[in-house]
Amino acid sequence: MSATTAETPRLRPTRALILRGLLLAGLLILALLPLLNRLPPDHALHASDFIVSVSGKWMCYAMLALAIDLAWGYAGILSLGHGAFFALGGYAIGMHLMRLIGPRGVYGHPVLPDFMVFLGWTELPWYWWGFQFFPFALLMALAVPGLLAGLLGWLAFRSRITGVYLSIITQAMTYALMLAFFRNDMGFGGNNGFTDFKELLGMKLNTAGARAALFYAALLSLSGAVLLCRHLTRSKLGRVLVAVRDAESRVRFLGYSTVSVKLSVFVLSAMLAGLGGALYVPLVGIINPGEFSPGNSIEAVIWVAVGGRGTLVGALLGAFSVNAVKTWLTSFAPDLWLFALGGLFVAVTLFLPRGLIGLMRKGEER
Amino acid sequence: MKAGTLYLDGVSVVFDGFRALNSLSLVIEPGELRAIIGPNGAGKTTMMDIITGKTRPTAGTVQFGDHDLTRMDEAAIAELGIGRKFQKPTVFDALTVFENLELALKAPRDPWSCLRWVLPPAARRRIEATLAEIGLADRAGARAAILSHGQRQWLEIGMLLMQEPQLLLVDEPVAGMTDQETEHTAALLRRIAGQRSVVVVEHDLEFVRALGEKVTVLCEGAVLSEGSIDRVQNDPRVIEVYLGR
Repeated sequence: MSATTAETPRLRPTRALILRGLLLAGLLILALLPLLNRLPPDHALHASDFIVSVSGKWMCYAMLALAIDLAWGYAGILSLGHGAFFALGGYAIGMHLMRLIGPRGVYGHPVLPDFMVFLGWTELPWYWWGFQFFPFALLMALAVPGLLAGLLGWLAFRSRITGVYLSIITQAMTYALMLAFFRNDMGFGGNNGFTDFKELLGMKLNTAGARAALFYAALLSLSGAVLLCRHLTRSKLGRVLVAVRDAESRVRFLGYSTVSVKLSVFVLSAMLAGLGGALYVPLVGIINPGEFSPGNSIEAVIWVAVGGRGTLVGALLGAFSVNAVKTWLTSFAPDLWLFALGGLFVAVTLFLPRGLIGLMRKGEER
Repeated sequence: MKAGTLYLDGVSVVFDGFRALNSLSLVIEPGELRAIIGPNGAGKTTMMDIITGKTRPTAGTVQFGDHDLTRMDEAAIAELGIGRKFQKPTVFDALTVFENLELALKAPRDPWSCLRWVLPPAARRRIEATLAEIGLADRAGARAAILSHGQRQWLEIGMLLMQEPQLLLVDEPVAGMTDQETEHTAALLRRIAGQRSVVVVEHDLEFVRALGEKVTVLCEGAVLSEGSIDRVQNDPRVIEVYLGR
């Protein structure tokens, strides 16, 4: 025994290096994409607008996957409603983008967004106050998902609701939010949601420069989120999470408040998902209640399962690979996608319980 | 009341009309090693559940020193210095032996402190000392999943020791152990008593004899007999309900 036993890596060093190398290479390629986009279209290394825009979206999805992995892969909290936190973050930034349209809307009202004028509203609802300021909107994109997760988690964890029951509650939460956001009198644009955004932080949104800036914002946020999660999962808190996942009552007997442990990671996870949504909406230019659909949340869980839960690289790998397959498949056979997704989930559950990352780790369990 | 004394007086627990404990009274002095035996359904596990706060008594007093355990939750009781080893060893399979002990180490338990935690050298030495004490020094870096049954039991005892308990409750530690492992476990428990009280619930009378300390016999939720193993083994009431069968 040596003094370093506590830090004994789970992976053989070479494989850990390969994984880290893959991660860095992936980040590097992503970082270069907007530059490659500037090359002439006939250049061999030219990255099309399409590639840049889907990569941007996938980075936001990867944030969501990371958030789900932190809660599910590490703490064993299987949320089937994380899409709601993502959508709430998106709506918060969407509200800011709507306020920035100002008099440029179809109805030309100086303050009210078009849909409110259309509904005959004469003044801005109180919960729209402050959203003309970007820092406030960004804060809300984190705080609203965080508070909702805090409330839901506090009620559920305190009553020791775990496993499939918690999953069902989170599904119900995202479904209820979807129904609520579909209603016109909620004041969030109803069925149509928000779109037709003009600018953000002084940048016109439909310019190449703005797209590159949003892309790098997503890349930086994703890298930051990975570093944060890595720090967390490698700390003693990370080991407590794993212990909670595997034997919660034993952790309670050790004197840890598993409620506060789970609550803190669930809230952090919801905030990460919210940040992903906040980056996503300016990139895609639209947010509507469909983002709350329960299927979205389940799909995101499948990304993590495919990549390999309980490893951060697995979550990223899953988000990028499943979405790449989705983009490819839906380009010629969109009707097949749900079957493919379901099949993928069954296949992963049966043959790759630890996901794609598990393939790399085979035979390393000793 | 003297600090570290466990005091149960007139404790009753009724589940749906079934009296699991029937006015049970028991005193464990600080530093004492006590074996509790009794037939199935005698209330041994329920007694442990009462002490650790998992079950609430229907009537009676449960005190540890001056603390009323019936008013505290499981986490608070653990914090107070009462550790429990379950029948089925539950160690954290995904973590190494060292990490298992580190989680059990007495340290701030809130998420923020855990996030910022850096293992101090003194704590590392303590973990290493405990590793040596439970005989797992050479397995420190191994994942708990690959330990043998006996090693898992010792690891769990080690985890309890890390919490610096004043009272250790040990539920059937030698069930399923080889003779050699049983011997090792008896020696381990004898070694760790003294600095803290240890209560062992066990079926294996040879093991109880190897502990060589005071024995309490439970039957139908109450104390039937108490004394040395020889005395209780010769007590006619004990022979009738338990040993004689």
